[in-house]
Amino acid sequence: MEVRVSGVRKEFDRFPALHDVSLDINSGELIALLGPSGSGKTTLLRLIAGLETPTDGKVFFGDEDASLKSVQERNVGFVFQHYALFRHMTVIDNVGFGLKVRPGANRPSKEEIRRRSSELLDFVQLSGLEKRYPAQLSGGQRQRVALARAMAIEPRVLLLDEPFGALDAKVRKELRRWLREIHDKTQHTTVFVTHDQDEALELADRVVVMSQGKIEQVGTPDEVYDRPNSPFVYSFIGESSSLDVSIQSGTIHLGDKALDLKSEQADGKGVLYFRPHDVELLGGSEARISGVVIASRRVGATRRVELEIDGTESRVEIEIPADHPAKVGSPLAFLPKHWRVFGKSA
Amino acid sequence: MAHDLPISNESAKAWHPATTESRTARFVLIATALAFLGLFLLLPLIAVFVEAFRKGPEAYLAAFAEPDALAAIRLTLLVAAIAVPLNIVFGVVAAWAIAKFEFKGKAFLTTLIDLPFSVSPVISGLVYVLLFSSQSFLGPWLKSHGIEVLFAVPGIVLATVFVTFPFVARELIPLMQDQGTTDEEAALSLGANGWQTFWHVTLPNIKWGLLYGVLLCNARAMGEFGAVSVVSGHIRGLTNTMPLHVEILYNEYNFVAAFAVASLLALLALVTLVLKTLLELRYGAELRAAGGH
Repeated sequence: MEVRVSGVRKEFDRFPALHDVSLDINSGELIALLGPSGSGKTTLLRLIAGLETPTDGKVFFGDEDASLKSVQERNVGFVFQHYALFRHMTVIDNVGFGLKVRPGANRPSKEEIRRRSSELLDFVQLSGLEKRYPAQLSGGQRQRVALARAMAIEPRVLLLDEPFGALDAKVRKELRRWLREIHDKTQHTTVFVTHDQDEALELADRVVVMSQGKIEQVGTPDEVYDRPNSPFVYSFIGESSSLDVSIQSGTIHLGDKALDLKSEQADGKGVLYFRPHDVELLGGSEARISGVVIASRRVGATRRVELEIDGTESRVEIEIPADHPAKVGSPLAFLPKHWRVFGKSA
Repeated sequence: MAHDLPISNESAKAWHPATTESRTARFVLIATALAFLGLFLLLPLIAVFVEAFRKGPEAYLAAFAEPDALAAIRLTLLVAAIAVPLNIVFGVVAAWAIAKFEFKGKAFLTTLIDLPFSVSPVISGLVYVLLFSSQSFLGPWLKSHGIEVLFAVPGIVLATVFVTFPFVARELIPLMQDQGTTDEEAALSLGANGWQTFWHVTLPNIKWGLLYGVLLCNARAMGEFGAVSVVSGHIRGLTNTMPLHVEILYNEYNFVAAFAVASLLALLALVTLVLKTLLELRYGAELRAAGGH
């Protein structure tokens, strides 16, 4: 099922949570809404589910306008951050709930509900735990029950709110891989919310980066990581270093020094962004970014050094090979291999 | 690291936690508390039963054989049987509205629910007298339709409903607020309608808190004196509830009968306490969210 969000705006008590958001989600896609807290990602998910109504704008499921439909009518599988399992029902009753409450004509028989619930529990690798209560399960198991329960209603879209947020790091990694497998088997259109960039980049077909109620960038993990389109995406995803620069007739200047970096942007002040690991160390200081090492630490296989740029007080971090001879006090010069300049106001 | 220390009297004396008082202080505090409880709570309770049995079990039982006493017991049960279910419905509805929705005037409604606790029961009774007496706005109209409210059972029920309204609602509001709305949202997203969500999800989540509130509500409904006294008119055998009957018997110097009926109310209180304690033992964690009383 394709889902199209068109010009949606949401205000809570006049406080805007989403400004004019549009997004096309392809059928069968696994898509991540990624952003810091307060970026509106959960609000967007709840709007798609019908748990919130937009102040403005529309949500389409396929060609059908779902904006005015209630959450029951939308037939979406929603997995809540803290699972929201019904604590007084056994695992199998939790999974069968969505079938049990269907109106008479569409309701499967008791045996049928039981059979389908067991099948789903099998599918999420929880067979044998049918009779347990949610309180008797681990966090990872609860998450699986919640997913099985959401899938039991044969939803048109699966929506997951911070699905791994409450789990410890190890279980998180296992479930991440497992969710990808489930998705590849079932081909449900799936949207999940996360604030963890590793999770989003590893799991999703496409990542929607959000900030302050707006979508900053939509793209494959490679696109948002390698070609961030805004200072926010640069600094939110992966690591970045930045320097104040100016552009003069197509060349980037650091202070008065022209660097060996060309830009087609108009003249003016800007900020140069690049990845600390994506730099080339060069001899000399002419047309290079050069400075003095003021701090150096070993990070995994490489060394991370902080440079104070000559003639300025700005500092940047770059990565150099662990066996590079530079120490604190040594001069060093480099140029970024990939970079972007964003206007000062952006 | 207590186990690393050599265990001797010396070290046992030298070590005591900062929050522990000296032995004398502890003794004095505990003795004061016990003496207070004994004097003001236990002694009166014992006195009720001693007085009731002063002239032997025959006289005690004779007090209940009297038609007026039986009528009072019957009326008390009837009033509780009407007021408690009404307040279960009102309490659940009010708690649901306050805990699960955002609306204007919510703080005002919350305060209003506490009103019966904060005004004197006598005033609650007087309000009904003002509303329904023959000089009032409603009185003549009701009279012309042959409906008697004041000095009749409807008035007693109304006063009791008013006085006992907060018990269920106050028990449920914090519990429901604590549980939030995600369980309900989950049920709705799975296709359940409003009634199914309430019946299958909300009600099971609050059942122990609800039972606790009902218990307290019932105890008060049967024991209420002030408000009921104002609206009842004290007509023997007709509008006397048990607490009112106790007062009449006492004023007539019929001490054995007065205390016999009182002992029944005291028993109700004891049973309520025992059930309440059992509930707390069994479902303490769920009830703690409700704050308890």
